[in-house]
Amino acid sequence: MNDSVTFSSTGDVTVTQTAFRKALLDPQQDVPEGLTNPDGQHADKRFSVYRNNVAHGLSEAMLTGFPVLAKLVGDEFFREMAKVYLRIHPPASPLMMHYGAALPGFLESFPGTLHLKYLPDVARLELALRRAYHAADALPIDPTLLTRLDQPALMRARLHMSPACEVLITKWPAKAIWDYNMKDGPQPTGGAENILISRVGFDPVAERLPQGGAPFVRSLIKGRSFGTALGLATADTPDFDLTETLSVLIATHAITGADKPD
Amino acid sequence: MRDVQHDNSLPIGAGVGYKPQHFAALTDDPGSVSWLEIHAENFMGDGGRPLAQLRHLAERFPISVHGVGLSIGGEERLDPEHLARLKKLTDWLNPAMFSEHLAWSTHDGAFLNDLLPLPYTAETLSRVTAHIDQLQDHLGRKMLLENPSSYLAFVGSTWSEPDFLREIARRTGCGLLLDVNNVFVSATNLEFDPRAYIDAYPLDLVEEFHLAGHDEDADELGRKLLIDSHGRPVDEPVWTLFDHVIARAGARPALVEWDNDVPEWDVLEAEAARATQHMKPALAAAVSA
Amino acid sequence: MSNNMKTVAVLGAVSAAVAANAAPAFADGEQEKCFGVALAGQNDCAAGPGTTCAGTSTVDYQGNAWKLVPAGTCETMEITDASDGEKRMGSLEALERDLPAS
Repeated sequence: MNDSVTFSSTGDVTVTQTAFRKALLDPQQDVPEGLTNPDGQHADKRFSVYRNNVAHGLSEAMLTGFPVLAKLVGDEFFREMAKVYLRIHPPASPLMMHYGAALPGFLESFPGTLHLKYLPDVARLELALRRAYHAADALPIDPTLLTRLDQPALMRARLHMSPACEVLITKWPAKAIWDYNMKDGPQPTGGAENILISRVGFDPVAERLPQGGAPFVRSLIKGRSFGTALGLATADTPDFDLTETLSVLIATHAITGADKPD
Repeated sequence: MRDVQHDNSLPIGAGVGYKPQHFAALTDDPGSVSWLEIHAENFMGDGGRPLAQLRHLAERFPISVHGVGLSIGGEERLDPEHLARLKKLTDWLNPAMFSEHLAWSTHDGAFLNDLLPLPYTAETLSRVTAHIDQLQDHLGRKMLLENPSSYLAFVGSTWSEPDFLREIARRTGCGLLLDVNNVFVSATNLEFDPRAYIDAYPLDLVEEFHLAGHDEDADELGRKLLIDSHGRPVDEPVWTLFDHVIARAGARPALVEWDNDVPEWDVLEAEAARATQHMKPALAAAVSA
Repeated sequence: MSNNMKTVAVLGAVSAAVAANAAPAFADGEQEKCFGVALAGQNDCAAGPGTTCAGTSTVDYQGNAWKLVPAGTCETMEITDASDGEKRMGSLEALERDLPAS
């Protein structure tokens, strides 16, 4: 420590926020001059209170935001990894509820997790669940309304999808891994998944969609007609299971309304 | 100076910082808690349970909105997106109070999630007053500015903290929020007399008190270093300092903050009851006067 | 598939899906009461635990980050890699194999 050095030995005592920020996020950097203890000595250890607040606050926010990732790799590993992450990707906005959006990409090249190739998909799922938690409110459609449409009307109808609704296509069984860790589900098996994320009341939900479900729901979200979405799904998957897909959409409150086709 | 009207106000009693795990207890029996403070940034989503809970609570309690991410002391301009989010929240909620910190947290594209310190200079003064003018105009309401916890000092500071806050309030018409624990933490860390600080503080401008617990650490020379952790009961010397504040300023809406290791509702409610108890003599004197 | 069959199949699928899902109902106010999962870090104005090493430790990307070893439920899962059909355990053996040459 530089106990013998005081600032009177230097000229400029202005501490810019650029210098402060740089030293906060990089412990290798010297503490800016111009910061002092009550005795006038350079505030070395006291600066580390701020360093610690930033690193601790952001890594704890990450830990809360990615509960399944934290279980998969353990809290201790997760916190150390978060400290690397936050120095590369500090929050771009003051809303901690959305912090960690760049984690999937980060996990693809973080040395300690290279062998756990499914982690980026799990991170994507956790981020989507968080978006659903904070999405705008919408009431689900009374599903019997759908049965009152005749075939031409149904095909032309545009379904309104919940603001919480999105579809993830994962290479790994992210939903099964999530269930294994959060619901004592069975050993995760299988590979790629189409996952629907939505919200029932105020609780986010994730459900697997059958093959072809992803293009079907994505085109509904884009505002395409039911018929167009169905055409895309059957082109992708000739034996597309419409009943199962609609059943998932209704059960998860993903459909909130339908435009009358005329 | 702004002429600001309140169409609702905080009661002169104890409030607590809202935590979702206390929702059921609060709607059931709030005990001595007569108002709530929320952190603005936690209610800036588009919907969902946080906003539904807030809507429910706002029908039952006066709400104070406490910003923790605006970076009023930042060298850069205030984030227009964040200002818009804040206005959306305060327009919708019409809270009894809005407050923020004499601190910065965002610079060069990064939000650092901490209340970072400022040198008390002419340059900082003009920057902070410009930001508060902009904020009060944007929100169409008066704000309170809170004194920070300090762990170090700036060689370049030319103002004392109480004088600096008084001058900001004079120039902008904002009110002040006096965090009694922050005074005690800073006084210990920077070795000044907390009572002398209170005596120099413009108490007539104070519209809200904060109380919280702190942790104890040490610096490299073994000197006591207090950390504003909000993770324990209010420390005894802080209650004593609170009595000194009340003796000079009278009672105000007083908030108990508990953000880390959040306790069961009963423990938090007991802290609020104690804050009310400390203000009782002043409240009685105000009624009889 | 004839047009007629397709019609029957689509309307039948809709009916079957609707029949399988009773209309949802929530008592007013019940949903707010649940604490649920916060699912994200909260903003607050509290400080962390003092001068502990979180802020000053120097784990970095190129340097010693690879010395960390994940130790959680990944060790108990066995997942088949869809792309190469090879079973991958989240085990220490796998970690050593995947370590960068540095």
